[in-house]
Amino acid sequence: MTAGAKHLEITLETQVESVNLAEEMCLRVAEAAGFGEDDCYRIGMSVREGVINAFHYGNQERPEKKIYLALDITPEKLIIHVLDEGTGFTLEDVPDPLAEENLLSTSGRGIFLMRAFMDEFEVVQGRNGGAEIVMSKKLPNLGGSSPNGQGGREAAPGQGA
Amino acid sequence: MPLRATHRDAGPVTVVDLSGRITLGDGSALLRKTVRGLLEDQRKKILLNLADVDYIDSSGIGELVSGFTAVKNQGGDLKLLQLTKKVRDLLQITKLYTVFDIYTDEDSAVRSFR
Repeated sequence: MTAGAKHLEITLETQVESVNLAEEMCLRVAEAAGFGEDDCYRIGMSVREGVINAFHYGNQERPEKKIYLALDITPEKLIIHVLDEGTGFTLEDVPDPLAEENLLSTSGRGIFLMRAFMDEFEVVQGRNGGAEIVMSKKLPNLGGSSPNGQGGREAAPGQGA
Repeated sequence: MPLRATHRDAGPVTVVDLSGRITLGDGSALLRKTVRGLLEDQRKKILLNLADVDYIDSSGIGELVSGFTAVKNQGGDLKLLQLTKKVRDLLQITKLYTVFDIYTDEDSAVRSFR
């Protein structure tokens, strides 16, 4: 950890309430870090989708499994980790929700939204073999995020879900 | 804010006034229950008024799509009215803006049902 960095982590139960709890916690951190309203919305939504992914796809809604959420604030950016206790997945296997045949799908848009709303996004294998989502957003005073919320990037077609 | 849903008649159209968040859990479940209940009552011309819905997550988007498909499959139509900026932006980046029939004023929306 570099000088000036802050670290926060919480273990969440595999239950719907954890989604709201994670979102609220990250919103407070993002506000304290100086992000504007629109960026806070995007960060909160991304955390929400990350925890939904862990709750539903990773942990299969099994209550004995845990979800691990960690936040790091470095001098440059806010980094968010969401780790589940599932079997992991790769982005290449996630269907593109923008493909014509998937437009009317009732699920599969969470990864796409995280990619669209955050500056950096990847999925790696976690320490326990589950999926670990790692996503970040540059702190607003560095010019990477803007007060009007345009600090995200376009999700690459064919890779999001 | 938890989702609230009430419905009223506008001629042959049922207008559902929604307020709050359509998210994983109770919000999505209430939207599902509301649309399915209207279909059971043979109300197949449904206009969802989203003017007071300020937040939708992927679960809520999925439920909107599910309702749209369920109504279409029964020969009806489900349209959207008065999207907030955040909801409109979400539907645009997910390409659903072109799937749903979306209106900014209620009279035009009601007249559009055949």
